[in-house]
Amino acid sequence: MKGNYDKAFENVVRLRVMSILMVNEQFDFNSFKEILEVTDGNLASHLRYLENQGYVAVEKTFVGRKPQTNYSATASGKKAFQDHLDFLENLIKENKSH
Amino acid sequence: MKNPEQELAEIKSMMERSTRFLSLSGLSGVLAGIYALIGGGIAWYWLYFPTSQWGDSSQILNSSTLLPRLLLLASSILLFAVGTAWLLSKRKSKQKAQVFWNGASKRFMQALFIPVLVGGLFTFALIHEAAFQLIPANLLIFYGLGLVAASNFTLGEIQKLGFFQLILGIMAAFFPDYGLWFWVSGFGILHVVYGALMYQKYDR
Repeated sequence: MKGNYDKAFENVVRLRVMSILMVNEQFDFNSFKEILEVTDGNLASHLRYLENQGYVAVEKTFVGRKPQTNYSATASGKKAFQDHLDFLENLIKENKSH
Repeated sequence: MKNPEQELAEIKSMMERSTRFLSLSGLSGVLAGIYALIGGGIAWYWLYFPTSQWGDSSQILNSSTLLPRLLLLASSILLFAVGTAWLLSKRKSKQKAQVFWNGASKRFMQALFIPVLVGGLFTFALIHEAAFQLIPANLLIFYGLGLVAASNFTLGEIQKLGFFQLILGIMAAFFPDYGLWFWVSGFGILHVVYGALMYQKYDR
């Protein structure tokens, strides 16, 4: 079977984070917090998980005097997510043909 | 694991919500169209009533005090339309519990307003050069370009609305005597039609 079910995306917050990073070059911490409606701690731990997997890259900058943490998907993160998508799509196809 | 259909739907919705400004209110399109119809009626009354229904308005505009009045009228329509769109879209995003001012809405505004602002400046150049007959075509074309550019960051219908504005704009350029009628068709009738379609599809 094509694709690969990735445990990293089993969690819905991480799945959503990665979906957003597939279509946005960069996304910052506060924007994630607003759109996902999760707490700081929860979001930070999931982002760290993805960072440790090598799926997202972190970049800290300053906007005026405020610190901003930007996230982007790495090449291996994009590939892992694409494999995960392929897996889901194949699963749906198989279910239909039975 | 959840079922895969659900998971894919989740992914798709996140991609859309993070890149597209989905709170654009259809009702505000209808209202913008109505403002334009009223404004077009007033302009027609000032320009042509009661002698003819259309014609070259350059002579009339050159030789009277109508120009400042028309500019004021056009600016008020624009102000009312943008204000209504802003307020109603803000209300819609609140109802849907979405963030109004985010990366997606910023990109939408930028894509729409760069062509529109340039078009506005170009209009002043046309007035300066007394090329009044090209103003309706110019407004429709730059607005259409803005809509097509912005359609990547909002509801898909906006792209078709943009193409129709562009077609009307080009026709208005070739038939400048009917400029006001093309302007009313584009900014009035098309807005009402598309606003109603979008209201039907997304707002309720």
